[in-house]
Amino acid sequence: MADEVVEGIKAKFGDAIKDVYEKSSRRTFITVDPARLPDIAEYCYKDLACRFQICSGMHMEYGFEILYHFAMDRANRIINLRVILDPEKPSIESIAKRVPAAEWIEREMWELLGIEFRNHPDMRHLLLSDDWLEGNYPLRRDWKEWRGGEHDTE
Amino acid sequence: MTPNRTQIIPIGPYHPLQEEPEFFKLHVEGEKVVKLDIEIGYNHRGIEKLAEGLTYDQVPFLVERVCGICSTSHPFACVNAIEDVGGFDIPERAKYIRTFVGELERIHSHLLWLGLAGHFLGYNTVWMWAWKYREPVLDCFELLTGNRNHYAMFKPGGVRRDFEDEDLPTAMRILDGLERPLLMFAKIAMADPVLQARLKNVGVLTYEDCVELGALGPTSRASGVPWDVRRDHPYAAYDLVEWDVVTTENGDVFDKVVVRVLEMLESVKICKQCLEKLREVRDGIDANYKEIPPGEGIGHHEAPRGEVFHYVRSDGSNRPIRYKIRAPSFMNVPTNNRAVVGYTVSDATITLAAIDPCYCCTERTIVVDADSGKQLMGWKELLRLSQEKTRKLMEKYKSRMDRVWI
Repeated sequence: MADEVVEGIKAKFGDAIKDVYEKSSRRTFITVDPARLPDIAEYCYKDLACRFQICSGMHMEYGFEILYHFAMDRANRIINLRVILDPEKPSIESIAKRVPAAEWIEREMWELLGIEFRNHPDMRHLLLSDDWLEGNYPLRRDWKEWRGGEHDTE
Repeated sequence: MTPNRTQIIPIGPYHPLQEEPEFFKLHVEGEKVVKLDIEIGYNHRGIEKLAEGLTYDQVPFLVERVCGICSTSHPFACVNAIEDVGGFDIPERAKYIRTFVGELERIHSHLLWLGLAGHFLGYNTVWMWAWKYREPVLDCFELLTGNRNHYAMFKPGGVRRDFEDEDLPTAMRILDGLERPLLMFAKIAMADPVLQARLKNVGVLTYEDCVELGALGPTSRASGVPWDVRRDHPYAAYDLVEWDVVTTENGDVFDKVVVRVLEMLESVKICKQCLEKLREVRDGIDANYKEIPPGEGIGHHEAPRGEVFHYVRSDGSNRPIRYKIRAPSFMNVPTNNRAVVGYTVSDATITLAAIDPCYCCTERTIVVDADSGKQLMGWKELLRLSQEKTRKLMEKYKSRMDRVWI
């Protein structure tokens, strides 16, 4: 059961799959090509009937990383699609039109991490106010106002 | 020129009944809601960022503050995530204690919601009765964990406190005493003409809506979507006890009441089995893991409102380098776009409340002055305000105490 899923994704999107890491029988991490991500996400959501859980966006030294978490509820398994984006100008195609549940989290990642989601149906601020200053992304590591652990706690 | 027939009714930014900050703009034509705008972000605490500065032992305390009602759900998912990083296992006794606390919390949270739902309908009898029976549940928490609301029971590797043997019969009595009122609520919900009239065929969410928007918990189970993390991704002791996932078919607010009431009965069943097992299973409550290896972990827990999702990334140090929290309301609130539109304004209040929204869980941000770019409230400022408030409260409390004692 476990491997059928990964083999199926590999067979369909062979060249777009860069790495597969089976952490355990319940957690699978697949690194994919950002250009093909919307197709693979749609395959997980429609063909594998996975439930879209959420995305986790991260700012790492080597660039921006997004994990798309898909739960296979019948198989007790979570498929995580990982994309790594350019550190200077992170940009990826939106999946919100194909996976409607992703609409809010893409808005959140855009305003907090500054990742551009191309062709998002309704790109507005979600948590921050509408007059939030351009170019201020609070969850980035180099954000000035607040650094984890280094704020003025004295 | 034809006049614009659509008008906007604002609910918020501070909800008059729910007393939580959110902003719903109802676009109405006459009585009918034609469009809904949801604005959130009025209440921010930056918990994801804060978690990056804390050790793994501190993070469960922090995430416990995400939500005041389901205060065990986030630590539950958090310890699941941290244990998932290293693939740790925990003692069986700790599993039963965790499951017991999680389920007892579901009872208290659903009773709270049931009361509020009655209050929203202007049906305060339901409110009083539901909250009356919520009291013994909180007493049970106080007895076993020492706290009525923030239990602080969870730690990576186990639980912090053991249950005392002599307390178990009392807890059992409280659970026994709950069954009759819960059955009464089930009967009331089914038979009461007021609830029928106000809730039947109101705010219907279809099966497809739920799947598309990823609705969770009772919101989706009332529409026949049988997602339940406790059964599908078993953790703690959920695969060691007997229970059923409750689903109904219609997806209206009425069915959401039914699902929650029946779920409480299932929870009582689980709690009792846990108490029975706790008499026999004695293999410690803590596995005492010291090192969290580098890697990533995912933990989830079926909170009263739906699946809570936590992701943690470790680099081998004693703090996470990224912590992601997804509360169920983050997925459930957007379903209002489908559930409210097409019904009347008077139905909107209960429909908006039917998902049992928890805005504090959904939000994370910070306030900056747009002209100067300066942060409005810094750490020092917030600390000062907090201390000032405590001082004022102490004075008030002291003067009242003096009056009582003199």
